[in-house]
Amino acid sequence: MISLFDFLALSGALFAISVAGIFLNRKNVILLLMCIELMLLAVNFNFIAFSHYLNDLAGQVFVFFILTVAAAEAAIGLAIVVVVFRNRQSINVEELDTMKG
Amino acid sequence: MTAHFPILSVLLWLPIVGGLVVLAAGRVAPTSVRWLALLFSLVTFAVSLPLWTQFDTSTASMQFVENIPWISTFNVHYALGVDGIAMPLILLTTFMTVLVVIAGWEVIQYKLAQYMAAFLIMEGLMDGVFSATDGLLFYVLWEAMLIPMFIIIGVWGGPRRVYATIKFFLYTFLGSVFMLVAIIYMYVQSGSFDIQTFQQMPLGMTAQILIFVAFLLAFAVKVPMWPVHTWLPDAHVEAPTGGSVILAAILLKMGAYGFLRFSMPIAPDASQSLTWLIVALSLIAIIYIGFVAIVQADMKKLVAYSSVAHMGFVTLGFFLLFMIFGKTASVSGTAMGVEGGMIQMISHGFISGAMFLCVGVLYDRLHTREIKAYGGVINMMPAFAFFFVLFAMANCGLPGTSGFVGEWLVILTAMKANFWIAFGAAFTLFLGAAYSLWLVKRVLYGPVGNDHVADMKDISKREFLILGLCAIPVIVFGIWPAPLLDVMHASVMNLVHHVVQSKL
Amino acid sequence: MDQNLQTIFLIIVLAPLAAAAVVGLLMRFVPRAASHWLTIVGVGISCVLSLYVLWQMTFAGAGTENVTVYTWGIADGVHFQVGFLVDRLTALMISVVTFVSLMVHIYTIGYMHDDPGYKRFFSYISLFTFSMLMLVMSNNFLQLFFGWEAVGLVSYLLIGFWYTRPTAIYANLKAFLVNRVGDFGFLLGIALVLTYTGSLDYADVFAKAPALSGQTIQLFGAHVWAVPTVICILLFVGAMGKSAQVPLHVWLPDSMEGPTPISALIHAATMVTAGIFMVARMSPLFELSNTALSVVMVIGAITAFFMGLVGVVQNDIKRVIAYSTLSQLGYMTTALGASAYAAGIFHLMTHAFFKALLFLAAGSVIIAMHHEQDMRKMGGLRKYMPITYWTFVVGSLALIAFPGFSGFFSKDTIIDAVHESQRAGSGFAYWCVLLGAFVTALYTFRALFMTFHGKERFTIEAGHGHGHDDHGHHGLTHPPKESPWVVTLPLVMLAIPSVVIGWITCKAVLYGGYFGSAIYVSPSHHVMEKLGEEFHGSGAMVLASLTSPTLYIALAGVLVAWFCYIKRPELPGAIAQRSKFLYRMLANKFYFDEINAFFVAGGARALGTALWKGGDTAIIDGVLVDGSARSVRWFAGILRRYQSGYLYHYAFTMIIGLCALLGWLLLK
Repeated sequence: MISLFDFLALSGALFAISVAGIFLNRKNVILLLMCIELMLLAVNFNFIAFSHYLNDLAGQVFVFFILTVAAAEAAIGLAIVVVVFRNRQSINVEELDTMKG
Repeated sequence: MTAHFPILSVLLWLPIVGGLVVLAAGRVAPTSVRWLALLFSLVTFAVSLPLWTQFDTSTASMQFVENIPWISTFNVHYALGVDGIAMPLILLTTFMTVLVVIAGWEVIQYKLAQYMAAFLIMEGLMDGVFSATDGLLFYVLWEAMLIPMFIIIGVWGGPRRVYATIKFFLYTFLGSVFMLVAIIYMYVQSGSFDIQTFQQMPLGMTAQILIFVAFLLAFAVKVPMWPVHTWLPDAHVEAPTGGSVILAAILLKMGAYGFLRFSMPIAPDASQSLTWLIVALSLIAIIYIGFVAIVQADMKKLVAYSSVAHMGFVTLGFFLLFMIFGKTASVSGTAMGVEGGMIQMISHGFISGAMFLCVGVLYDRLHTREIKAYGGVINMMPAFAFFFVLFAMANCGLPGTSGFVGEWLVILTAMKANFWIAFGAAFTLFLGAAYSLWLVKRVLYGPVGNDHVADMKDISKREFLILGLCAIPVIVFGIWPAPLLDVMHASVMNLVHHVVQSKL
Repeated sequence: MDQNLQTIFLIIVLAPLAAAAVVGLLMRFVPRAASHWLTIVGVGISCVLSLYVLWQMTFAGAGTENVTVYTWGIADGVHFQVGFLVDRLTALMISVVTFVSLMVHIYTIGYMHDDPGYKRFFSYISLFTFSMLMLVMSNNFLQLFFGWEAVGLVSYLLIGFWYTRPTAIYANLKAFLVNRVGDFGFLLGIALVLTYTGSLDYADVFAKAPALSGQTIQLFGAHVWAVPTVICILLFVGAMGKSAQVPLHVWLPDSMEGPTPISALIHAATMVTAGIFMVARMSPLFELSNTALSVVMVIGAITAFFMGLVGVVQNDIKRVIAYSTLSQLGYMTTALGASAYAAGIFHLMTHAFFKALLFLAAGSVIIAMHHEQDMRKMGGLRKYMPITYWTFVVGSLALIAFPGFSGFFSKDTIIDAVHESQRAGSGFAYWCVLLGAFVTALYTFRALFMTFHGKERFTIEAGHGHGHDDHGHHGLTHPPKESPWVVTLPLVMLAIPSVVIGWITCKAVLYGGYFGSAIYVSPSHHVMEKLGEEFHGSGAMVLASLTSPTLYIALAGVLVAWFCYIKRPELPGAIAQRSKFLYRMLANKFYFDEINAFFVAGGARALGTALWKGGDTAIIDGVLVDGSARSVRWFAGILRRYQSGYLYHYAFTMIIGLCALLGWLLLK
């Protein structure tokens, strides 16, 4: 029997991996976007697990919301990346520091 | 009669609507909108005249009152009304706006419609400030007024206009924020934004001191009092002529008006205990700024500094009240100072406005404000010289001009308080003459200074009209200030009797 | 009757004003001839009516008139009114003012004939007449101050009449500013009057004056001052400015930059005597303070003697007369200080006639010399200008107090009065006025001899074109000739009173109690009464003078002048060589101008610059305003280092923050 703990551990691990990905990745913005998707996935995982164990469908409804938002976000994010690449010929994270004070 | 006709609302909104109309019309007819602007300003002035003719001088209570709830959750009202203190200032505003519109007639080439619109909107807001009897309404209009002025200096100003506008805005804004805090505090205490309620509510000494200081920060910047006056010369120097006129003639008066409407009646005990501060700052303004004005090389700066010195008389006159009351424990002789300060405000409106118009006339011809660039202008412009000497004389308080009345009453009152205060205030006789007439000597007199001066043309009919319109009140109120004194008498007496009663 | 007189007063004041306004404001539309006719008619009406008022007051027994014209304003229960107080003092003053003014108006037609500012000039002098009348007819301090400043304004405009001359515009600014220093004290004095009496109306103030004497005021530390003393000294500071008493006299010699008619009208006959008039008018106040009167007497005596000395070394004919005016004003002031108000006013009147005469005669010479004013370039003019010469002689004799001439009666009375006075400082003052008589005779006849006698020191250039209005050009194109009748008529008209007015009016004015209640003398200051006991008519006074030192002192002055400037013209230069220090002191007018220019004018400018650059620019703007802006920028400069621009830094900070927050929540 897979316990709730196992689900939560998995999602925690996924979340940790994605955070580490954001911090450690110095190369590609697309990787950043993927990490964010992964993060959302980890959250979704938690929602579904709790929904099942608490017998509350609201959690799974939320997952649909998040999926929709994530899709939209990915679309916009990729579009931005494309524009950035077109303007700067690079999507290297190290070089994107226009917000430097 | 006027109970049915909302005269103050019209004065508030008509120019604003007019400004918007001028803006819209500016796209269609970029230059002929000045006629439209003139029409609106003249109509506004005409509408404001009944304030004087139908004013009841026997009562101190608010007249032409309008009151409708505005934000009922917070008990905010759209409440307007005038007494003898506010009414002359409103007339001054509507009168000076007409002059400013005429003064900008051919001079302003760039974005004329926007220029006229800014002044019309400004006029409405200023009328509103003087007639608001609700604290929050007052505050909103007070701050809103900054915007047109900011734009006027920032768009039509001189080379350092950005520095000047930012300085102007931050200075005044910083002061006003404290005023907002004070107003909100009093709202929390009394549950109303009505100024009348503020004036009647009892307050402890600490609260009074804090409120007084908060208001002082707002008003001292506007007046401006030493040492928060340095925005004024910069703003004046950079502002276009019309901007300088409105700034000197009306905007400065708001600070002084605030003292009468808020600081003194709301925190009388604090005023009593801090009188020494205001009196000292006023005397510094009169003497220190007088000396500074003498050495200015820029005509507008000179006039701006002289404004600061003259406004020192206003605040001095107001606060002598407390000093004399503290000395004699009687109100007799105190109102003269307040009335002197009031007259000084009105008169300074005309005189400083006229002085800036004169500088504008010169600037339009030679495009410099440096005194050195002139010399012997009287040879080329005798009619202009007549006005310039007249206003310079009024500026140094020559009897027979309105500039004398206020200084005279204030110095007479000062003697009641203390010999040395009168002594300090009387320095204006010498200093005022020194900076005004030395200016006259260097600009007007002497042989023709250079070829540019030799090419100068005497004033046009339009310029003659605006200077002449300024000269009339300067002389009339100089030889017969009785009507002005009568109008404000009841309100001032009421104020005096109110402020000498402790709120503790 | 009363109603009639009131209307007359109004007309007296307003006629010159109306003329001035019409000519001044409508200058472009008024023809040249109309400008002088209008103003002359205006002042003429005033003059005739003034004489009528004088006649009414003196012979028809009209009492003192105190009328209110309108209420200027009511502030805090104090009624400020504009009105007239006409008693015999006022009547005398307005008659003198309008008469001299009328003469000067007529004279101006000739003197300013070629000046482009012809109409402006007439407008100004009429305006001046109005202002002066407002001053002397006032019944309250407000209007007095108005008139006081208004005559100052017109004086300013007229000294700077030739506004292209740098010296003229320097002089007019100086005159106004020095007067303002006097007004500073004057205004404070008025304010004290209001504070202690609650009114500015003469009648009220004088009624309450006795109550003032016991009151004191604390000024410096614990020492208390008597209120009347403070008030009177402050008021007298005003008089010092207007009547050019040391050390506020510096503006008067410079004011000679103005056209000569105004030197005669304003800076000799009328405006400068306003201070004398004011002190006489305020006699009920001044009588309360012996200290103040002592100050008045000493200042007057210093002016009378030392300014006369300066006159001895001047070479500009107008400046000689200007210093003489200073000296004579000093005499009047000394008389006031000795409580001999009547003598002061009497000298004011006689001086107005003979000094206006001297100035106008000097003006006539200046026209003939084509605006050359240096006496070293004149000489021997007697034969060219007989009328001018003889009137100048009359004026000179009156000035040196030659027995029988008008100046004699007034000046000798002053000297005697100072002699009688027991007041502190009267000993010093007596010597000053006595020696002053010598100095007066010396500079007066020096001017007379240098101008009209001796060798001709000007050259006549033949064949040179008409350099008619070429000012400051030395050679003349034709021999000097007598001035036209519009110039000489006023000279003759003024010469008549210069001779006879003293003889006729001396008894009534000085000892007959002519001024009645207008001048108040405390019974303990009975100087004039004492002199009155010894007075037995004008003729007797002339005879008595033969045995008094004054006459011989004056004659000695004439003799010295004759010796030095006719007999041995090389002598003055040699004396100047010998006593270099004295000469330099006098030639530089005791260095008053240099001290003022350096300490007062320079000091004010230096202080202004220091406050501006140091206070406003450096401290307020530099440290406080821009300083606060700078400190915000500095703080932000530190904060901006934490904005790396890298997304992962921000994300990391967020996570750390989140962890810290959660940790805090868990541990709490």
